[in-house]
Amino acid sequence: MTIRAPQPRPTDAPAPLTTSDADESAWQRRHLLDLDDVSVDELDLVLQTADTMKEVLSREVPRVPALRGTTIMTLFYENSTRTRASFELAGKVLGADVINVSASASSVSKGESLIDTVKTLQAVGADVIVLRHNRSGAPYLAARHARCSIINAGDGLHAHPTQALLDLLTIRSRIGDVRGKRVVIVGDVLHSRVARSNLWSLTALGADVTVCAPRTLVPVGLEHAPEGTLPPVRVEIDLDRAIVGADVVMALRMQHERMQGGFVPGVREYSRLYQINAARLARAKPGALVLHPGPMNEGVEISHEVAHGLQSHVEEQVTNGVAVRMAVLWLITRTLSRGGRLPAGSAL
Amino acid sequence: MPEANIMSPADIRRAIVRIAHEIVEHNRGTQDLVFVGMRTRGVPLAQRIAAAITEFEHEQLPVGTLDVGLYRDDLTERGSSVNIQPSDLPDVAGKRVVLCDDVLYTGRTVRAALDALIDFGRPERIQLAVLVDRGHRELPIRADFVGKNIPTSRGDDVQVRLGETDGEEYVRVAAGEEAEALR
Repeated sequence: MTIRAPQPRPTDAPAPLTTSDADESAWQRRHLLDLDDVSVDELDLVLQTADTMKEVLSREVPRVPALRGTTIMTLFYENSTRTRASFELAGKVLGADVINVSASASSVSKGESLIDTVKTLQAVGADVIVLRHNRSGAPYLAARHARCSIINAGDGLHAHPTQALLDLLTIRSRIGDVRGKRVVIVGDVLHSRVARSNLWSLTALGADVTVCAPRTLVPVGLEHAPEGTLPPVRVEIDLDRAIVGADVVMALRMQHERMQGGFVPGVREYSRLYQINAARLARAKPGALVLHPGPMNEGVEISHEVAHGLQSHVEEQVTNGVAVRMAVLWLITRTLSRGGRLPAGSAL
Repeated sequence: MPEANIMSPADIRRAIVRIAHEIVEHNRGTQDLVFVGMRTRGVPLAQRIAAAITEFEHEQLPVGTLDVGLYRDDLTERGSSVNIQPSDLPDVAGKRVVLCDDVLYTGRTVRAALDALIDFGRPERIQLAVLVDRGHRELPIRADFVGKNIPTSRGDDVQVRLGETDGEEYVRVAAGEEAEALR
């Protein structure tokens, strides 16, 4: 499967995914599918709400009754540790009931389609379905056929909005406003939904984003896209140049299957040229943040000493992931209760 | 819409000083007193009451802020706000907590605040101080300290403005349309 560049959403897509109810609040979304169309106000509201959720998480007994009576189902067609666990915990801290459905152990393995599975979960009583799927765009399809809310927990090569939000929360809580800050995203951007969602949110907030990877792993046309179609970023092939003066260095996972795909000559060459190690990090701004969406291949895209060094905020990212997902669940369910559930089969 | 000025800045100041004295008298001193302001306008009220007590008792008292957004029982209703902010409370376990708010109306916000507060620890006692009690309770809740009782109709709009949050200071009642029609 090759994807040339993040596709702008086709015009017949089920946009706008909002309730029709006019409300002065900055949040109107019933689904969270990607960050390509979120406003600065919406990003601010999520981050501000996440700060409140951090306070809840810091309590001796982190539990509030905000989502009592709400049922959240996680439907994962791909493996996951941190995303699923943090969504589950986020729901539970807010007092919701959380049910985990893994595709391999459900009727999906008997051939049930995505739409039917979503409709079944909704009929059982799901208010929110957290969906991870190996096909890009699957959450859009689900949202089109669902009365409940759909949160994209990663779809194919396309988007992983809550990961980008937690990256943003981590960056903001460490260095404040990202406007004008230099962010370097290093690694397999071509196959990274994390990078795609991050490009949208970081550039929306005015960060100066550079993508650094071998040519084979940079989406074609990313640099020269017509204005407004793709996030405005710079591409730099040489990591030693790209990293100079960076405020944030984000390493992406080098997936083993890509090594066999002929995108890079080999692990050793890749890590020699693109590994974030102490020597390279020294060229960034002093105290620059190192982020990684996990799971890390230590010794490949990031050296052991940097991964666990003082500048690494990887663990904090995971903690922030719970707060951000609480914020998203809270905001999404507010929209549900304001707009009510749409009748079956109605257009979005 | 006719508006009636109910309290001037001087009235508000006197009410706060009186409440401060009542709290100290009622609690026989300031031992273990903790003030908790409910966002938004309960916060400056809590600070002002605590500062007034410091004036005559020469005792600094802890003041915290509480946001009850995650505890409301009207979350499924229209118009409930998505905006929530962090709470910041001193240790309340075993303390005498004075909960402060601007207007006491249905009592539902106070009910939410009691739940929220108890999640932070087990206070020895919780008391309630409000600047305005406008009646129309929907729950068995009453204030221990009241700045002013204002009889209102349900449709009336009680407007409390405080310098710290609004840049101006008064209590007004704007008669609602429903109330107007009855006259």
